[in-house]
Amino acid sequence: MPDEQLEIERYELRAGPAYLFAPGRRDFFKILGGGLVVILTQAQAQDRENPELAAWLHIAESGAITVYTGKVEFGQNIRTSLAQAVGEELHTSPAAFSLVMGDTRLTPYDMGTFGSRTTPIMAPQLRKAAAVARQMLTELAAQRWQADAAALVVAEGRVNHPASGASLSFGELTKGQKLTRTIRADVAVTPAAEWKIAGHDLGKVNARAIVTGQEKYTSDLNVAGLLHGRIVRPSAFKAQLVSADLKPAQQMPGVLAVRDGEFVGVVADDPAKLAAAAAAVKTEWKVPPQTNSREIFSWLKTHPASAALPPVVAEVQVEASYMAAYIAHTPLEPRCAVAHWEGDQLTVSTGTQVPFGVQTELAEAFGLPKEKVRVIVPPTGSGYGGKHSGECAVEAARLAKAAGKPVKLQWTREEEFTWAYFRPAAVIDVRSGAQKDGVITAWQFHNYNSGRAALRSPYNIPNQVAEFHEVDSPLRQGSYRGLAATANHFARESHMDELAHALGLEPAAFRLKNATDPRLQAVINAATERFRWGRAKQRPGQGFGMMAGFDKGGYVSACVEVTVANGRVRIDRIVQSFECGAIVNPDQLKNQVVGGTIMGIGGALFESIDFAGGRILNPRLSKYRVPRFSDVPEIDVVLVNRPDLPSAGAGETPIVAVAPAVANAIFDATGKRLRSLPLKLA
Amino acid sequence: MDLVINAVRHSIRSAEERPLLYVLRDELGLTGTKYGCGEGQCGACTVLVDGAPVRSCLTPVKAVQGKQITTIEALERDGRLHPVQQAFIDKDALQCGFCTAGMIMSAAGLLKQNPDPTPAQIKSALQGNICRCGTYPRIVEAVRLAAKHA
Repeated sequence: MPDEQLEIERYELRAGPAYLFAPGRRDFFKILGGGLVVILTQAQAQDRENPELAAWLHIAESGAITVYTGKVEFGQNIRTSLAQAVGEELHTSPAAFSLVMGDTRLTPYDMGTFGSRTTPIMAPQLRKAAAVARQMLTELAAQRWQADAAALVVAEGRVNHPASGASLSFGELTKGQKLTRTIRADVAVTPAAEWKIAGHDLGKVNARAIVTGQEKYTSDLNVAGLLHGRIVRPSAFKAQLVSADLKPAQQMPGVLAVRDGEFVGVVADDPAKLAAAAAAVKTEWKVPPQTNSREIFSWLKTHPASAALPPVVAEVQVEASYMAAYIAHTPLEPRCAVAHWEGDQLTVSTGTQVPFGVQTELAEAFGLPKEKVRVIVPPTGSGYGGKHSGECAVEAARLAKAAGKPVKLQWTREEEFTWAYFRPAAVIDVRSGAQKDGVITAWQFHNYNSGRAALRSPYNIPNQVAEFHEVDSPLRQGSYRGLAATANHFARESHMDELAHALGLEPAAFRLKNATDPRLQAVINAATERFRWGRAKQRPGQGFGMMAGFDKGGYVSACVEVTVANGRVRIDRIVQSFECGAIVNPDQLKNQVVGGTIMGIGGALFESIDFAGGRILNPRLSKYRVPRFSDVPEIDVVLVNRPDLPSAGAGETPIVAVAPAVANAIFDATGKRLRSLPLKLA
Repeated sequence: MDLVINAVRHSIRSAEERPLLYVLRDELGLTGTKYGCGEGQCGACTVLVDGAPVRSCLTPVKAVQGKQITTIEALERDGRLHPVQQAFIDKDALQCGFCTAGMIMSAAGLLKQNPDPTPAQIKSALQGNICRCGTYPRIVEAVRLAAKHA
């Protein structure tokens, strides 16, 4: 599937399943009931006989419209934006239908909700399915009334014939029939310029449930006979279990202790017993020596040893190394799973971005065929790339299997900080050269460990060298919102600033001189104009910095203002311009840009995982600072709309802007060049 | 032990040292109040005790005996949302929604004590609540809006 290529740095993801069997027609109606089904196949399906299914849309005899997609909602608002896309083509308000998301029994296979792929890929697919459904309904009505299909109007769940006054609801039209149509990619849909529902602001469809506390996240689920689990964790990473004495825990009333190889856990009938039960299991672990966070950057350059870079020949040359620490996603909802066995049939509810991947993990862990495993994704307290894996689901299922009853496993915050995975640490070496007039003539860019996302410079540099080097990471690492694009933009845009200063050129003008992509130029111009870039500093400690970049179909530029006083950095103002093609929902897009920017402040200024000897030293929110109200500057988002271009996602790329722009502003304020994330003055 | 939660008296089985959060969630099924950290750092577990915001994950139930405990489930009255709830919807001040109950309870507590807070007072009152999705600016706007309508 060339349109859903996996990026290499998503280390935590396994390969997709080898076979995908399309369910037969009868299965659809068995699961969904009668009515009308539009089945949408992947745009580039290789196998025309048995194409991969991408989504389907069902209109029941009751008139209920349900859209099925394997994508999941964890705060990025796709439940609403996908509903808008469907509503646009069905000429029906998004409030009138429901989305079933991320349920491996009910929804089609999906690789996962990551990489800002939902808006560019899933939304157009659903739009096509909805367009075909509208066409089928119109044909049904035309037949019924012996009318010309072109004379019919579809609106708000009904097909109307204005000439005769006839009108039937979708449900009445489909009654007693089982209609399916399988469609391919070449369906005409409404162009962005004519959108009435999509392209406009719409509040979240589930907002009322959230503000009243009724939305049920995984940890809120309850089923009859539910037991509660806790894992007895190793004392450090890579530890080997030497011995485990389960007896003291077993003797506690209502407690079951479980050991299976290196897996040790307890189950209790009351969650109040879990801490004592887990503590009662006496374990001994053998821990191998491991590196620590103070030595991590030299470790990354020596495991394996990196090659020396060739020299750069140019009128002006600059060479520097940039670093980024491991950081934690810290989703506000720690991992949780509720597992339930019925015979050899396993059902697990868990907040994951990759339900079908977790299904595979579970099937492999328990030696089951995949159809015996159902994964359901309830609303999820965010992920940011951190909830791709199924470790909590597998653990809950193992405990439930031992207990013979459903088990809920709620990870503690400390477990979430320790046993999930981290954004990779990075060392990035850059050597560059330019002519005195500012034209970049040489560019060598080497990323060690963190990844390939946005590795290549978007500026016009012929013969640029940009390489990623895999390293033996001492910590478990994986996807994080934006992947390596954050570290790569930090290194590149800090370096662009260094090169501009070495050349004696104004940083924005230097970037524009080397930017030939008009979309890149447009975002730079949008940000600098709104910021009034170029004005003089008005007070001591004040500094201005800017950046520009591109990743995952989105162009971004930011200008920031900081104040450095008493060795502390305060971000006063961020102006960020963003362009991701045609805008689907302007208000939600802004929400994503602001959210990504605020998250980026944490990685830029304070977040960093401290570790030594296989232990995380700061696995608590009291020791690991994430952005709070007081850290939020004035944020001014300038959206650049390109209705002539396909829409790209926005959940990730805005996060890359903060770190380099702030580092450059700190340099402007103090003359100190900070090259390591988080940026620390002392 | 008896607790008065959302104006209803409940007889509680849990030990008196058990934090209120787990009694609400596990014993009474009031799951709108969330576990986020267990050390009073994230604010997702915020409830009102006699009208003031309290971190329920650090509050032993014996400490709130005889007091009026209000959770997110009881802010809505007769099908009408509390002004803070309505303002969170109107300003779309949420993404994943996991921090929302705690934010709303903290804000509702603030407005009881200060009906017309400045943005700086709102930020200061909500400093102990984390929104990892970064909806902070909209939350400040929502609380300002609620203050106007309250």
